[in-house]
Amino acid sequence: MSKRIILGAVAILLVIASAYAAFFIAPEERTMGVIQRIFYFHVASAWAGFTAFFLCFIGNLLYVWKRAQKYDWLAVSGAEVGLAFTTVVLITGPIWAHPVWGIWWTWDARLTSTFVLWLLYVSYLLLRTLVEEPDRRALLSSLFGIFAFIDVPLVFGAIRWWRTQHPQPVIAGGQGSGLEPTMKAVFFFSAFAMHVFMAFLVTERYALEKMQTETDFLAREVEAQ
Amino acid sequence: MSLFSNTAVLLSKELRTEFRSRELLTTTVVFILVVLILFSFAISPTTEESREFGPGLLWLAILFAASLMLQPCFLREQSNDTLSSLRLAVSDPFSIFLAKLVANTLFLLLTELIMLPFFAIFYNVPILPEFPWLLLVLFLGSLGISVAGTALSAISAQARMRELLLPLLLLPLLTPVLVVSATVTVSLFERDPIVKGKGIAFLAVFDVVFLTALWLFGEYLLEE
Repeated sequence: MSKRIILGAVAILLVIASAYAAFFIAPEERTMGVIQRIFYFHVASAWAGFTAFFLCFIGNLLYVWKRAQKYDWLAVSGAEVGLAFTTVVLITGPIWAHPVWGIWWTWDARLTSTFVLWLLYVSYLLLRTLVEEPDRRALLSSLFGIFAFIDVPLVFGAIRWWRTQHPQPVIAGGQGSGLEPTMKAVFFFSAFAMHVFMAFLVTERYALEKMQTETDFLAREVEAQ
Repeated sequence: MSLFSNTAVLLSKELRTEFRSRELLTTTVVFILVVLILFSFAISPTTEESREFGPGLLWLAILFAASLMLQPCFLREQSNDTLSSLRLAVSDPFSIFLAKLVANTLFLLLTELIMLPFFAIFYNVPILPEFPWLLLVLFLGSLGISVAGTALSAISAQARMRELLLPLLLLPLLTPVLVVSATVTVSLFERDPIVKGKGIAFLAVFDVVFLTALWLFGEYLLEE
């Protein structure tokens, strides 16, 4: 119990600190101005969301292999938390794009593939609501989760056929890319904070799913008596 | 070797079931026809626009039709309670999937071939000059749709609201096939060799990736 409270407190403090850093420590970008500061929040959430989906994929694989309920709990926690972070990405993106590009949305490669990723995990969670029996639900959704995760690089590859309008990769991109050192430090700090926050949410969701399974089990025991 | 002989027997069973009634084929052909006509009403394109948008609309119609056509694939086995006998009859459950996906690919290709002349006339698209390439794209795209669709119809058959669920699971998963097939089909009419080569390679990669995934995980889909 206390461990969870500590992790939660650390996560929230880190997110507050990263917001402070993004607003007051990072220098102002020359052409975009203050709106660029959303980048620390937007990209950090994207990274944390992808990590959460990766956790879901690991849970899916392990469930198919080992058939222990805890892996299914991990998978559903990863999918839900990842979906929340991806939703943040899809909301903060247009907020930035409107003043900078002049439009809210464009069918560019990264926007579109993030949106398809979001849809795939919505389908994953939808599938889970439509299968009653817990073991069957865990197995079927794990298999769909595996197919969906395999699909992600293909979606991204396919959509790159369209001309892309998204800014070129700034981190680990080609020549001429890269961030000013303070910006870079603030960004990596934000990414770290978001990951801790994501880990906190996943552990909370995992505990909730575990409790839910236990109460379902108890309810059935009582009914049987 | 038994994988292929089993698959051949199961495939002939699938084909015989369908050609006795021809239910799937007729409904799918009519469905695609209706959708193509409705698209044209909805956007009333000029000649140039219809060449530009036509292939995308055609692939969209194929995708929607496939998501309907793949419904009975496992549902039929389930309602007749034949799936467990099938599982007992074959040594490798992958042959069940293989037979079904080959049958689905054939059905899709057949409907597409019936639809192509209508598409060419309605959307004023010259299909003959690049016909062999068009066939190749249709084949690779339909194979991709069938591989993913057969796997997902085994999933959706075991859930509630299965008729609605299959398109919801399948359509986002097939975005790569839709994007690439439509782009390549447009490029065929514009004679763009670079897009053509790259796109066909991409479709082949998609098919191989999902075939491998189905081969690895297929047996779990049929667990009782």
